[in-house]
Amino acid sequence: MDINYTAVLPEIILSLVGISIMLLTPFVPRERQTHLGYLALAGLVLAFFGVAMGWGQTDLAFFEMIFQDDFGQFCKTFFLFVSTVILLISMNYLEQEKLFQGEFFALLLFATVGMLFMTTSADLIMTFVGLEVLSISTYILAGFKERERKSSEAAWKYFLLGAFSTAFLLYGIAFVYGATGSTKYSKIAEAIQASPDYSLILLVGVGLMLVGFGFKVSLAPFHAWTPDVYEGAPIPIMALLAVASKGAALLALARILYQVLPDLSQQWQTILWPSAVLTMAIGNIAALTQSNIKRMLAYSSIAHAGYLLVGLTAHNSLGTQGILFYLVAYALMTLGALTVVQIVGRREEQYTTIEDYNGLGYRYPFLGIALSVFLISLAGIPATAGFMGKLFVFSAAVQSQMYGLVVIALVTSAIGIYYYLRVIVSMYMGEFKKEEIPITISMPMRIILTLMVLGTLYLGILPGILLNLAEEAASF
Amino acid sequence: MFGAELQLTLLLLLPGFGALVIACVPSSKIHWLRGTALFFTSITFLYSLLFFTHFDSGAETMQFVQKVPWLNVGVLHIHYHVGMDGISLFLVILTTFLMPLAILASWGIEKKIRPYMFFMLLLEVGMIGVFVSLDLILFYLFWETTLIPMYFLIGIWGGERRVYAAVKFFIYTMAGSLLMLAAILTLYFFNEAQNFDLLEITQRLSLNQVILPFPVELLLFLAFFLAFAIKVPLFPFHTWLPDAHVEAPTAASVILAGVLLKMGTYGLLRFCLPLFPRASAALAPAISLLAIVGIIYGALVALVQTDVKKLVAYSSVSHMGFVVLGIFAFNHQSIEGATFQMLSHGLSTGALFLLVGMLYDRRHTHLIQDFGGLAHVMPRLAALFMVIMLSSIGLPGLNGFVGEFLILQGTFLENAGRAAFAASGLVLSAIYMLWVYQRIFMGAVQNDQNRTLADLNVRETVILVPIVLLVVWMGLYPGTFLRRMDTSVQKVVDRIEQVREPQIYRVEYRGH
Repeated sequence: MDINYTAVLPEIILSLVGISIMLLTPFVPRERQTHLGYLALAGLVLAFFGVAMGWGQTDLAFFEMIFQDDFGQFCKTFFLFVSTVILLISMNYLEQEKLFQGEFFALLLFATVGMLFMTTSADLIMTFVGLEVLSISTYILAGFKERERKSSEAAWKYFLLGAFSTAFLLYGIAFVYGATGSTKYSKIAEAIQASPDYSLILLVGVGLMLVGFGFKVSLAPFHAWTPDVYEGAPIPIMALLAVASKGAALLALARILYQVLPDLSQQWQTILWPSAVLTMAIGNIAALTQSNIKRMLAYSSIAHAGYLLVGLTAHNSLGTQGILFYLVAYALMTLGALTVVQIVGRREEQYTTIEDYNGLGYRYPFLGIALSVFLISLAGIPATAGFMGKLFVFSAAVQSQMYGLVVIALVTSAIGIYYYLRVIVSMYMGEFKKEEIPITISMPMRIILTLMVLGTLYLGILPGILLNLAEEAASF
Repeated sequence: MFGAELQLTLLLLLPGFGALVIACVPSSKIHWLRGTALFFTSITFLYSLLFFTHFDSGAETMQFVQKVPWLNVGVLHIHYHVGMDGISLFLVILTTFLMPLAILASWGIEKKIRPYMFFMLLLEVGMIGVFVSLDLILFYLFWETTLIPMYFLIGIWGGERRVYAAVKFFIYTMAGSLLMLAAILTLYFFNEAQNFDLLEITQRLSLNQVILPFPVELLLFLAFFLAFAIKVPLFPFHTWLPDAHVEAPTAASVILAGVLLKMGTYGLLRFCLPLFPRASAALAPAISLLAIVGIIYGALVALVQTDVKKLVAYSSVSHMGFVVLGIFAFNHQSIEGATFQMLSHGLSTGALFLLVGMLYDRRHTHLIQDFGGLAHVMPRLAALFMVIMLSSIGLPGLNGFVGEFLILQGTFLENAGRAAFAASGLVLSAIYMLWVYQRIFMGAVQNDQNRTLADLNVRETVILVPIVLLVVWMGLYPGTFLRRMDTSVQKVVDRIEQVREPQIYRVEYRGH
């Protein structure tokens, strides 16, 4: 047991690159600061190699603070991929908004480091530190357009509620420590196994921790911040919150529930079950009435958190695979949809109501087809990744004989189809208005979108490869 | 035929490949787009005829089978498993037969031809897939695949309230099928063989290797049934149908009535009955009641329509009620009649929608009162309309008679009361059909706009004549079709008989 540097190599690389971007920023002329994004990109690519170096090894590294296992490697690869896509979208976005601030990229990298630590941590303190690194970066990023009221409002809301919920998490950790005498995952699990009459302190601790994670994953009833913050935040940051931050919290939670608290599964299942139902219902029903596409996608992301929770609650290996698969599918379709939203939004996100999409499918067939594929996938219609994801998480729940939950999940996803279709309807069946500012799609955006469309369809038809990876990763 | 394994896959790939080719043709080349679509649907039809000629009507098992693993992850095993029996054979051919005609009927489409043709071909892949897949997940996949093209076809190329109709169609059918997905998953975990293979699950159920407790069976049956009943559509789930039909472009209406509705009744035959025979038997009286209500209600509502397209749509509700009634009478005649009726309804209602579409092309109205005396102006259209209308009524010698007669005969053996009520639907259908024919074609020409209408042109004649020929053939010599269905239908009947108490008055009846 010593410091195993390969286990944290990606994190080290990202931190160093992040710090150097911070240091370089004052010396780079303002209008060239978007070029620092390439440095960040190089950092992310290097970090991929870092992950590859540790692939397949199983170890407890960094004074038993970090797991090096298949699940962790899967998560790391996933978050690096998501961050890369978000970075590319942001570079386009910052250029378009003339927001020349190199710190943006540094914060993005720090947030990524936070996600990697959260999902590989082997100690509750480490998990907390990872979560804080992620949170603080995203608080700042959410308010990055500081001159815009909505963006500042989003940052404040997120910060205040986020700080509050983190306190819950910390409080929960303290209780669990009090009940078991350790913050290490393995020790807690042993302690729980040794005394099967669970103390009230332990249960309260677990409950409080669920609140803390529930906030980040935006599970009902802790979801209220989501639409406001998502709407106000810059679109790439909305993507970061909706995909990466949510995913990291969910995977960290999955690790804690499955690895530390499997004996308590009955208890946490009773808490998560109603929360999943509420989350799916609120997300899908509230999304029906939204006229702003960012808010609609925010509610849709709440709904998807609910589907993921169905897989989590099932507590079997199919469920774990299902979550991992679903997250990748969800990342592809949400990032894709948000990329289109950003391109259509144009400067200062002026065009974000659903009406602005009227006739878009004919004027810009490429954007129309891409957004249709992403929305169809979000709706969970076959031949797309979204359907396969739903199939796996729902089958997991059926396997655990949670028929009621599955029926509710299916009913709510049927409701969900309506609002996704609404956008497609306005794109293809609405009247095109004369546009004041034409839409420009840069080559990199075109390539990213094409890849994500192909990915969504590929996973929908041949999900085998990703599933096999997820299967390996799901065996803790 | 080549590569015994790949025969059905090729049938699926042909229209799919056509869709890809269309996606590559420049959108300005209108004739090329139409030509490509027509070419691919036609060769798909010709190719599908080989299945007809090579079909072994004595075989007990599925034919032209291909089975390869598709997904093997953890406990989920999904196969690409396709095959054909006497029931699916004709539904596939009905699909491939109607497609080129629908494409020909789409000559009038002038906006956005490329996506239109693309969706038509995609729809064909989905429909053929539904009829040949033998894996539950694969079936579900194709089932849902048909939704998207149809949704766009109605929503983009439809009439004035197209968006409303398209969304209603989508939400209704999707809501039903999601419950079916839940049932498929539940069935999967009850069947410990860990696959979604329809044949294997059916066999294990019938050998009592897997035992579904009756309440579970009932729930699963209801979940499947709801999805199919919405599609059929069975009263009271039919409300999406008139909207969808009225707004849909002609070709989409033809496919909707001709094939998509049959997916519902096919599902009942292929999945509900063999998988859940006890639940089917237990609920048969209730379902038959709904079917009879649908027959009479559909006919009565059709009677008072002022819009001829809506009239045809409601007549579909009525006629499809017969099919459901036949299926749930559980004997050889009734089920064979139901299968036959699926085909003849597909042909005659498809043709009626084509004819209504042709009238609409000339007059841009569906209102019956705008017509009158058209037989003087368009004798050829009037004559063909007459034949199709009579086939829809069920005149002996035409196809409609055979199916309805067998259904009523079978139902009579099962329960005479049901047959008596259902038969009244026949009378009503004669009333509304003859009456609408009278109002549109008979009498003197009242409206001056109707005096100058052109009769059928060559393209339209080419569309209608094959249907009329087939209508006559099916009416005069139904043996061609019934013979090939016999074995497969008997299998379904045997499966039900397995769980039912023997009844004295049931007459054993085989062959023709």
